[in-house]
Amino acid sequence: MAPVPAGAAGDPSTRRADERLSAVGPLRRLLVKPELGALVGAVAVFTFFAVQSEVFRSARGIANWLDPASTLGIMAVAVALLMIGGHFDLSAGVMTGTTALTVAIVAVEFEQNIWVAIGVSLVVALLLGFFNGWLVTRTGLPSFIITLGTFLMLQGLNLGLTKLLTGTVTATGLASVPGYASAEWVFASRMTILGAEVRVAVLWWVLFTAVASWVLLRTRFGNWVFATGGDEVAARNVGVPARRTAIALFMTTSTAAWFVGTTLAVRLTSVQANTGTGQELIYIVAAVIGGCLLTGGFGSAIGASLGALIFGMTQLGIPYLRWDADWFYFFLGAMLLLAVLANRLVRRYAEAARR
Amino acid sequence: MTIPDAGEPLLELRDVGKDYGSVIALDGISTTVRAGEVTCVLGDNGAGKSTLIKILSGVHRADRGRLLLDGRPADFGSPREALDAGIATVYQDLAMIPLMAIWRNFFLGAEPTRGWGPFRRFDAARAKDVTRRELSAMGIDIRDPDQPVGTLSGGERQSVAIARAVHFGARVLILDEPTSALGVKQAGVVLRYVAQARDRGVGVVLITHNPHHAYPVGDRFLVLNRGRSLGEFAKADVSRDELTRLMAGGAELDQLAHELERPST
Repeated sequence: MAPVPAGAAGDPSTRRADERLSAVGPLRRLLVKPELGALVGAVAVFTFFAVQSEVFRSARGIANWLDPASTLGIMAVAVALLMIGGHFDLSAGVMTGTTALTVAIVAVEFEQNIWVAIGVSLVVALLLGFFNGWLVTRTGLPSFIITLGTFLMLQGLNLGLTKLLTGTVTATGLASVPGYASAEWVFASRMTILGAEVRVAVLWWVLFTAVASWVLLRTRFGNWVFATGGDEVAARNVGVPARRTAIALFMTTSTAAWFVGTTLAVRLTSVQANTGTGQELIYIVAAVIGGCLLTGGFGSAIGASLGALIFGMTQLGIPYLRWDADWFYFFLGAMLLLAVLANRLVRRYAEAARR
Repeated sequence: MTIPDAGEPLLELRDVGKDYGSVIALDGISTTVRAGEVTCVLGDNGAGKSTLIKILSGVHRADRGRLLLDGRPADFGSPREALDAGIATVYQDLAMIPLMAIWRNFFLGAEPTRGWGPFRRFDAARAKDVTRRELSAMGIDIRDPDQPVGTLSGGERQSVAIARAVHFGARVLILDEPTSALGVKQAGVVLRYVAQARDRGVGVVLITHNPHHAYPVGDRFLVLNRGRSLGEFAKADVSRDELTRLMAGGAELDQLAHELERPST
């Protein structure tokens, strides 16, 4: 820290405030890191299962629980950015189904190269994200209600259009489409690391988390995201394009849904029409466990990824211990409550104005 | 920073007026703002202070009269245009995000960047450094630019907002009731920073309803009542008591004092 000039140090009122703060400084600074709670939670959950289950801590076991964490993590990171920007997207889950179905139907029913289908799916995703963002920023209505509307509409469209175009509720036959081999390499290949087979989605997840974290903390856009979620009017007063920021965040979320949807379609080669429904709340849970405030303006991409990791570890750890799978949701709910209570303390500290 | 000759006004209002529908919110207001001087605008609630700020900061256009910047007619269509002309406004409900770090707030909307293309990034090291330097130049001793603005006191927040406006090249600084929500000591801190900004050659417009805050720091006083000017006074021509009486509507205050007196038995 730079030395304070003699003139400034003489100011009695600021001097006294300094002395009051320094006693609790380091601890509080640590507490304000949004991902701290999720990190502690992830270590605790890992230790809990690893001590009791040998499979859980083996390389193969780790690869197993990293898999559900990866696709969830990619979505959770995008949803976390959106939540920091002050919005929700309830249509994020069903959008993974919409994009997966688009890939399968365009490639199989319209007999296109799979890369064309993936491109069409991306355009659909971007349009959906733009629509959500535009409607929310235009009307000023809560994003909760707007995206609940698009969620229900998409749920209906997914089923209706799939039935109309394929005659069933499943779009199949993706494996025999031209270009499938290269798409499989990008979205669904496996590699062997330390004797365990790891899916490529894990690498994409790590990459997305790193990029999102960098954008959030080290770019102008990241600063605008925090500001838009923290106080939209104040942000606009100092020249932050709050509306454009929000639309960009909705489009980021829908792009993540496109990526996950494409991964699912290519991996499974057939897509159920109800894919993704109900997942949107899990993304929000992961983001909140990762330290995102429900009111916006605070959170972290790494935290959301850790939240997804906790989810993956618990989802597979419980069957490894031969417990009934029903306990999974109880556990997840308890984690969420703990996280919300911890986040509340952080917010109280950060907003406690001393007048 | 070169300080222009005090004789030349930075900003001048000539017979400015503004109507909201059939309500005359402001009429016949004239005043000047000079570099290195503090012009105080005093008035009770509903006197037209907010309307005057909105005209100065580009939120509204005046319906009558003229606004001169450096002696040339100026016409601001938006707050951005006023800001680009060097007129910065610090609003009562500050344009600051409580959950964000001081340095992030300081540069919000005008973040310095480095790097190229997709690798263009927010130059955090420079932002922190400049924030600390600018604040200590104003005599504000912040412990840690990383702490959230929400942990600062009301007075400190006002001071950071003032330092920010000065850093981004404000030649005219409009302060909307900067002391109204503050305790006596905190108000003193803020007034000290107002004086700091003045000493750095900024023309300050201080809007307040408290003559006790205005008098020590002000060079000239414009008193508004019900949208009209009760006159503009240089400090030498008016005492604090006269100012208080003027603001409260003189005779009205005497009447009130009379009513409140205990009946003599």
